[in-house]
Amino acid sequence: MTSLEAADDEPDAWFKLDRDGRKLAVGGDWTIRQSARLDRELAALDLAQGIRIDASGISRLDSAGAWLLLRTSRAAGGGAGLNLPERYGPLLESLNTEQKPEKHKSRIPPGFRGRLYKIGRATMHAYTQSVSMLGYLGRVTVETGEAIARPKRNLRFAAIAHQVEETGINALPIVGLLSFLIGVVIAYQGITQLEKFGAQMLTIDGLGIITLREMGVLMTSIIIAGRSGSAFTAQIGTMRVNEEIDAMQTMGLNTVDTLVLPRIIGLVIALPLLTLYADIMGLIGGAVMCYFDLNITIPSFMRELQQALSVKTLMVGLVKAPVFAFVIALVGCYEGFQVERNAASVGLLTTRSVVEGIFLVIVLDAAFSVMFSVLGI
Amino acid sequence: MAQDTVIKVRGLVNGFGRKILHDHIDLDVKRGEVLGVVGGSGSGKSVLLRSIIGLIKPLEGEITVLGQRINGDIEGGAMRRLEMRWGVLFQEGALFSAQTVTQNIQVPLREYTGMGQGLMDEIAAIKLTMAGLPPDTGDKYPAELSGGMKKRAGLARALALDPEILFLDEPTAGLDPISANQFDELIKRLQKALGLTVFLVTHDIDTLRAVTDRIAVLVNRKLVIGTIADLRKCDDPWIQDYFSGVRGRAALAGMES
Repeated sequence: MTSLEAADDEPDAWFKLDRDGRKLAVGGDWTIRQSARLDRELAALDLAQGIRIDASGISRLDSAGAWLLLRTSRAAGGGAGLNLPERYGPLLESLNTEQKPEKHKSRIPPGFRGRLYKIGRATMHAYTQSVSMLGYLGRVTVETGEAIARPKRNLRFAAIAHQVEETGINALPIVGLLSFLIGVVIAYQGITQLEKFGAQMLTIDGLGIITLREMGVLMTSIIIAGRSGSAFTAQIGTMRVNEEIDAMQTMGLNTVDTLVLPRIIGLVIALPLLTLYADIMGLIGGAVMCYFDLNITIPSFMRELQQALSVKTLMVGLVKAPVFAFVIALVGCYEGFQVERNAASVGLLTTRSVVEGIFLVIVLDAAFSVMFSVLGI
Repeated sequence: MAQDTVIKVRGLVNGFGRKILHDHIDLDVKRGEVLGVVGGSGSGKSVLLRSIIGLIKPLEGEITVLGQRINGDIEGGAMRRLEMRWGVLFQEGALFSAQTVTQNIQVPLREYTGMGQGLMDEIAAIKLTMAGLPPDTGDKYPAELSGGMKKRAGLARALALDPEILFLDEPTAGLDPISANQFDELIKRLQKALGLTVFLVTHDIDTLRAVTDRIAVLVNRKLVIGTIADLRKCDDPWIQDYFSGVRGRAALAGMES
């Protein structure tokens, strides 16, 4: 670290207390470079009240040095006299106007009470956030109903198609690759575990059921929450920072119709299709693994799969996709509208949007599991 | 105060792609003076400031600040020692958004001095008062401040290390006329009290009149330097428009008599 202290080329700042302790002579360069040392040494000094400070030996003075002089003189009862060269008058004047600065206090109380305070604040925040999001859900539902009742006027088909392309078609490579790899991993784990019981062929049943019912839709939703949910928040948030949202409102444009509905409807169309695609890619990954590890040919893999699965297995997975899509898009848009007019807020809310999106997807998935088990599906 | 030259620019060329912004310009800033830099939008005022403080590498030319040549092969340590001797106020204040105003002011103090927390708190409070902010501003975050207060807080941070040179990039842009006047007064007062050299980029003709000693006008990729009176005699059409247009005449009306 480069330091301002201890520059060799300049004379040191010094001070000297005379023998009867009535006068403190100071001199040299009282600048910020010396202030850390001066602060420590002055603190060690035991000054009598009413001492006189003779600063005529000062060769340079800046505001840090001047503050140290002023503080010392005040500690010694002030008033008694600070003898400083004329040219430093304005500088001292600029410091002398205010009182001794108060030690700044944190708004959060210390210790246990502070922790309680933080818990309370976080709880209130979560509560208001939930209420506000629920309100937003209501508004979007009502406006969606209205839009569907009058599709010519309120539905923007070009914008919806654009969102399908953006969130669906452009996500094909990443969703496909990840689903394929997950299929490989599940098949591999199934083979190594079931081999012990000589039941390797059950790998295919397990792979099929887990992919179609859970993995396909869950992985796709999580990828899309990270990819498109964040994009929604960032896009709408940036528009808020630029006052574009305000401009739209003054022109009488409905921001739900123009910004939110195309994103929600687009994603509700795209995510089930992506899920179907992810299911297929996952099964292909599993088939490849079975071919290399168990020497099961593709036709016999297909036969085994056909026995294990029914259309119902596929539908149980697919039916969840539009619900997850709606939640991801809703959270993404809602958080976008929460952005305040500064750049830092966009980043903060984008992160929050992804975390909340993934959280809600997993919670809803668990709720679906409970519901299906109660219904015996 | 000694009349030495603290900023010396020789043959500076700056440009982007094929567009040349500065064509071999020379500039001297003397210790203790306030130099205003004006010019039309896109004429390269901010680029000039940024190349002097080393944020932009010029295509050609020599820049010397406080006797230290800054473009070319300056080693990191020398650059840092130099950076401690100047303070920069950016247009929007450029406060660190994750820290309170007090913490912002203490960043350079903590980095460069061995001060204890007590003295740092006192110095931060002094700089706040110097910049004309109430003491409770210290605990606020930049997002809680208005535009004018952000600039004052930015100024307080720029002054933290008691710099010799203060660079100001459009300090009054975006302020209402009353706040702008107060900011002009503040700069003038601080310049006197602390003996600062001020390099001021501005659009504001009132600021020029109120605080500057000399003015450098960027026009046709060159610098025209002089006092307001000198420049009003200059026959360059842009300078004539600037100082003798409606706004210019109104701002300078008091100088006629």
